[in-house]
Amino acid sequence: MPDSVLVANGQGFWGDSILGPVRLVNEGPLDYLTLDYLAEVTMSIMQKLKGRDPSKGYATDFVTMIRRVMPQCREKGIRIIANAGGVNPHGCREAVMATLADLGMKGVRVGVVEGDDILQDLPRLMQAGQELTNMDTGDALKTVVDRVLSANVYIGAAPIVEALEDGADIVITGRATDPSLVVAPLIHEFGWSLDDYDRLAAATVAGHIVECGAQCTGGNFTGWREVPDLARIGYPVIEAHADGSFVVTKHAGTGGLVNRQTVTSQLVYEMGDPTDYITPDVIADFTSIELEESGPDRVSIRGIRGREPTPTYKVSISYADGYKASGQLVISGPDAVEKARLCASIVFQRLELDGCHIPEDQRLVEILGTNVCLAGIAPAPEDPAEVVLRIGAKGHDRAAIQRFGMEIVPLVTSGPPGVTGFAGGRPKATEVIGYWPALIDKSLISTRVTVEEVS
Amino acid sequence: MPRIPLSRLAYARSGDKGAGSNVGVVAFTPEIYEFLEKTLTTSRVKEHFSEICRGPVDRYEAPNLLALNFILHDSLGGGGSQSLKSDAQGKTHGLGILYMELDVPEALRIPDAG
Repeated sequence: MPDSVLVANGQGFWGDSILGPVRLVNEGPLDYLTLDYLAEVTMSIMQKLKGRDPSKGYATDFVTMIRRVMPQCREKGIRIIANAGGVNPHGCREAVMATLADLGMKGVRVGVVEGDDILQDLPRLMQAGQELTNMDTGDALKTVVDRVLSANVYIGAAPIVEALEDGADIVITGRATDPSLVVAPLIHEFGWSLDDYDRLAAATVAGHIVECGAQCTGGNFTGWREVPDLARIGYPVIEAHADGSFVVTKHAGTGGLVNRQTVTSQLVYEMGDPTDYITPDVIADFTSIELEESGPDRVSIRGIRGREPTPTYKVSISYADGYKASGQLVISGPDAVEKARLCASIVFQRLELDGCHIPEDQRLVEILGTNVCLAGIAPAPEDPAEVVLRIGAKGHDRAAIQRFGMEIVPLVTSGPPGVTGFAGGRPKATEVIGYWPALIDKSLISTRVTVEEVS
Repeated sequence: MPRIPLSRLAYARSGDKGAGSNVGVVAFTPEIYEFLEKTLTTSRVKEHFSEICRGPVDRYEAPNLLALNFILHDSLGGGGSQSLKSDAQGKTHGLGILYMELDVPEALRIPDAG
């Protein structure tokens, strides 16, 4: 058993910088590189991409990244775990293996974990009595079932461990739970049992800390002036020990900051009840975390307690919920705010003239620069010399939303003076994706692991 | 009692939680945490975010982290991708709470500004 294992996260979401993983593998020691590509609405976007092209539906960025990092990973023995598979993990593996073959990397083993995608099984599961009640609203899924776009179970660490035991150098999953990407290699390396809840909880906390990439190393930090060299910010590295204790750090010489405050900021991110952090692997108690600064850019964490996980998996279901569009214009002074208000009212009046009614509560008017984000909290400037007017609409009638998008740019020549900045052109109606969180009995879900070798 | 902004006493981070946001507020010192635990009530936070938060506010405590965690229900203009707002994920709510002005006891030690 190793003394310690180094696990990094190089991607906080689909769209994060490729410099994260590239610099992680180049600028310091590492055993595992994890990458988190999935957010709540990402699966439905991927489902849509797959609908257009059956070979797509995964995080294509991952394949680009593999080409950049794989030579170093092979040299240093770094294994990669990513939920890049989206709704097409097999398609992702094919693209990755083609890239590896192209790089001449014979013998690299690529594993796929599947079983999270239950879109095709929904009718059967509902017939079997699973109501898939919305955890937020209490509604039964049957009310939106004909509009469902994607349905994925948040799966845990166990199948990823299986792929690692089978010698996978790269593990691709669909909707694996973010912290499980970190929990799995630690179970594999330290031989922890799946009911060693304190250690699994510790690894889960480590995974939670790094899952948003640089958000624990000084990114998005209240005390941003204290953070050196944000441009060269280092992505997080966990130095894990067999007893469940671990250190949060980053590679020496990188920018950013790891201290009690930057790590605690991430601990409270997207937190609910801190005593009850539920994953498929374990329930972690965040009020048991003991945290101390143990050196420059090093925070040591221990003492974490966990308990048996719930008998259910969380399911992330997305469904089509109408359309929306928004566009913006820049409006200069004098009287920028007054003119922006007039512009917004003109848009909706002109739509009425053409028989297009957008109800009040389906509209959005933001005059950016007059304190929109912190409305009612921060003082607004009295007479800004310019503002951005952001105007939006949503509804179930696609034609009405499309029509709305056509009445913004005309304000440049038919509104008050000083209206410009219409570079985005006519906003188009895009689909609103509703999010439907539900629970499903674990016994109804089976995961499968396959590992293939580049020949 | 001197009146100071919460930003002198704590740091914060926020993000989306369904159709609501979570705002984690972390005190600079244990002494400040004790003060905030008494002062930062859900009704006070609800009032502070009156133009943003349409639902109730819940609070959880993590004294080991010197952290109070607030859930601002219905504060994003819809869940999923339904929101039209610029800040559809409540990323700025953490900074928003730090604007709150509080009357602090003379005896409370406050870290130097800067």
